[in-house]
Amino acid sequence: MSTAAATKDKSVLWDWLTTVDHKKLAILYLVAGGLFFIKAGLMAVFMRIQLMTAENDFLTGQTFNELITMHGTIMLFLAATPLIFAFMNFVIPLQIGARDVAFPFVNALGFWIFFFGGLLLSVSWFFGGGPDAGWTAYVPLSSGEYADLGLDFYVLGLQVSGIGTLVSGINFIVTIINMRAPGMTMMRMPLFCWTGLVISILIVFAFTPLAAGLALLMLDRLFGGQFFIPDMGGNAVLWQHIFWIFGHPEVYILVLPAFGIISEVVPAFSRKRLFGYTAMVFATLVIAFLGFMVWVHHMFTVGLGPITNSVFAIATMGIAVPTGIKIFNWLFTMWGGKITFNTAMLCASSFVPTFVLGGVTGVMLAMTPVDYLYHDTYFVVAHFHYIIIGGIVLGLLAGLYYWYPKMFGHKLNEKLGMLMFWLFYIGFHMTFFIQHILGLIGMPRRVYTYLEGQGMETMNLISSIGSFVMGAGILVLLINVVYSAFKAERITVNDPWDARTLEWATPTPIPEYNFAQTPQVRSLDPLFYEKMHGDGTIKPAEPMEDIHMPNGSILPFIIGLGLFTWGFGMVMINMENPIIPPAVVIGVGFVLTFGSMFIRSIKEDHGYHIPVEQVKKIEKEVS
Amino acid sequence: MKGRKGLLRFLPLTAILFLLAGCGEERLTALDPYGPQAQWILDNMILSLYVMALVIIVVFVLYFIAVVKFRRKPGDDEIPKQVEGSKALELTWTIIPIILLIILAVPTVAGTYYFAEEPPEAAGSSGEEEAEEAAAEAAEEGAVVIDVTGHQYWWQFDYPQGFTAGNEVYIPVGEKVWFNLTSNDVIHSFWVPALGGKIDTIPGVENQMWLQADEPGVYKGKCAELCGPSHALMDFKVVALERDEYDAWVENMSQEEELPEENTVASEGRQVFEDQGCIGCHAVEGQGSAQGPTLTNFADREKIAGVIDFTDENLEEWIRDPQSFKQGNNMQAYPNMSDEEMDAIIEYLKTLSVEDGE
Repeated sequence: MSTAAATKDKSVLWDWLTTVDHKKLAILYLVAGGLFFIKAGLMAVFMRIQLMTAENDFLTGQTFNELITMHGTIMLFLAATPLIFAFMNFVIPLQIGARDVAFPFVNALGFWIFFFGGLLLSVSWFFGGGPDAGWTAYVPLSSGEYADLGLDFYVLGLQVSGIGTLVSGINFIVTIINMRAPGMTMMRMPLFCWTGLVISILIVFAFTPLAAGLALLMLDRLFGGQFFIPDMGGNAVLWQHIFWIFGHPEVYILVLPAFGIISEVVPAFSRKRLFGYTAMVFATLVIAFLGFMVWVHHMFTVGLGPITNSVFAIATMGIAVPTGIKIFNWLFTMWGGKITFNTAMLCASSFVPTFVLGGVTGVMLAMTPVDYLYHDTYFVVAHFHYIIIGGIVLGLLAGLYYWYPKMFGHKLNEKLGMLMFWLFYIGFHMTFFIQHILGLIGMPRRVYTYLEGQGMETMNLISSIGSFVMGAGILVLLINVVYSAFKAERITVNDPWDARTLEWATPTPIPEYNFAQTPQVRSLDPLFYEKMHGDGTIKPAEPMEDIHMPNGSILPFIIGLGLFTWGFGMVMINMENPIIPPAVVIGVGFVLTFGSMFIRSIKEDHGYHIPVEQVKKIEKEVS
Repeated sequence: MKGRKGLLRFLPLTAILFLLAGCGEERLTALDPYGPQAQWILDNMILSLYVMALVIIVVFVLYFIAVVKFRRKPGDDEIPKQVEGSKALELTWTIIPIILLIILAVPTVAGTYYFAEEPPEAAGSSGEEEAEEAAAEAAEEGAVVIDVTGHQYWWQFDYPQGFTAGNEVYIPVGEKVWFNLTSNDVIHSFWVPALGGKIDTIPGVENQMWLQADEPGVYKGKCAELCGPSHALMDFKVVALERDEYDAWVENMSQEEELPEENTVASEGRQVFEDQGCIGCHAVEGQGSAQGPTLTNFADREKIAGVIDFTDENLEEWIRDPQSFKQGNNMQAYPNMSDEEMDAIIEYLKTLSVEDGE
């Protein structure tokens, strides 16, 4: 049994590579997701520059297609998902009163596998160009006959990063079900934990078909399979079914936690409990369930027949009902409250009307025959950016400003925050509102240019300018992060926002064990309850004891590296004249991955204990 | 917008949407429908806009009242009443949306079946007699059924009379025209916004749709499914003609090849066309292969390859270096063709018209 002191002589880098602490992994997710977000955002700016004028030749069709593919793929798999995971990792254990997630090692494993998967996708630029078949990678355009190496990186990169997402999802299910503090019943869980639980279940059911689909595509591309090749008896539509059985729930995997964040931030700054908590929980469950029943609405123009199209149209419309319930419950949470408008609340509250705009176009898209017009046009582009930016990104920004003091020990600057919000918000509407109309006047999506004289010039120009304004907003956010890191006042209190949930009962900065004593929860919004009915502190559920903590490990990093090597070796099968035989690289990856797993299996690792005296000392320091 | 008048259109309800809808010979926008399908789509889009406007107004009004009225004043430390929720309200905002959705669901299902209507030959297959009757009726009416095949990056239109057209599809005005659609390579999507909805052309699958144009004119069509680097340039045109003009066009297209008169530049061009192997991909009046667009009525087209202005210079450049216009297209480049050969072949191509024959 070692002591906490033993961990202190490690270098900073080694500490971050080996950490299994959910709070540090959250920051790793935040940084990695943030970098991918900026990268994909810059791609979007390049695309808008290309589309700023008619018949522009800033980018070729091929480059443009690589950019749209990477923009979509990165934003969904490597930016939005890890950013959601960042907050889930940081907040959920704190909100349920746990010391860490159920499987800290698996948590680190999930991060590193995701990260190396993303890296594998990204290195495609150095080997002949990125994937170019759109983020949906429809066959046959993504098959060996029409797409180059980029698509192999797409298939293997997503396969690897998908494993990371999947294990993290499983970890969260177990954590939320098993690790809740005494008194934290399911129906006392903050809505963010509920959405976290629900999307973790969605991940398990949605990422598995994706993994299967990617495996089939890999077999087609690398080993001469013919699952999707019509000339050989394959079926091109099959891929679309598999992809959207994953792809539609994926939208909810991203947007439900954003709903969760909004459901935390709005009550906190309205000083009022969430209106209709039970209805909100059930609405979340219904949305998640229906989310698996509607994938064909992405395929209305495939020609599946009027029966199929009608059934899926009505199922899709059904999702509007639970979503509407949520919208009105947020409105009535604010109604009658005492609202403080800081940046977090601005982002969270403006989410409500913005998301409604994206939601109503969603219902309009569900009307099958009218969708024959909207489908694959800029109308759809506008719709899903209203959902993804107006929904997910605003939610993430709200969460960032809200939890930032707990994560980093200081708030973000409010003045810069306001500037960011208005730039981003105005730029966003400017970019995307007008795209609805562009779609209706005949601009298909994923076009690298448009001809003069079709009445599209002005609107595209406005849209492009809007995207630059949005970009400026994000730039202000980055400046804010740096500025606040140096200039902002350090937070020493537990609860800088006068908030309601358990994470604000921990000291700032949070000790690695989170809670010195597991808290006893007596109500929904436990901290607020104690402020009203107690002395404002959470009562412990156990005496002060030695705290059992997990050891850090480099193995998750090595397993991630191993899967990267394996994936790269697989891609090398399709390379002309690889310097090293692919089998060697695949073998090295295999040995790294399974060797690490073997070591993990045979090496006993019981973690370490922080002795009670030291816990007392730390607690005295932070309070 | 040169040569076309800008038309300010006012869309009901959304007063902020002032649109510049391009209008003129080439009809594109779906906001200016020219057929029953497009009209249906626009009508129901407006219906859904009305319903959605109701939702948006309710939410926005509640939102702005909440945001303005319930701000926390500085120094106000009072804790507002903690409301758990309200069953009555929850029921209200569950039931009203369901009613609104039913209003939209009914036309949705009706429209889905209306759009999926099959050509008269296939209809009424319940009884043999009925089917025969229907077939006879269809033949009398002369229902037009055109086979569409998508290619990277052009459209092939096969007519029941046995001839083929490329990139421009001619249809009669005022009647439903049926399309059987498939693809030769990757997935494309066949879309004529001013006439109706779109449907994907998928290799190995045959889809069906109908369109109807109510006025003669040229309607712009586009590929709506990402199909490669030149996806944006896979435009085509629908030319709607009065029935008698259409019949005449069909007649002309079906005629045997008329070779250019001997010893003219055009006849030399025809020779070059064969010698250089153009005919290996481009058929003219049924002679040659159909790997590339058929050129029978090439000179009648407004654009080369669907997107390039029809001038001699552009045509020459296209033949010399097609990749510079449409990246990734399958046409062979002829950079080394002599100027005489080029002039001849252009001259020949310009004779390929079926309109002159009238």
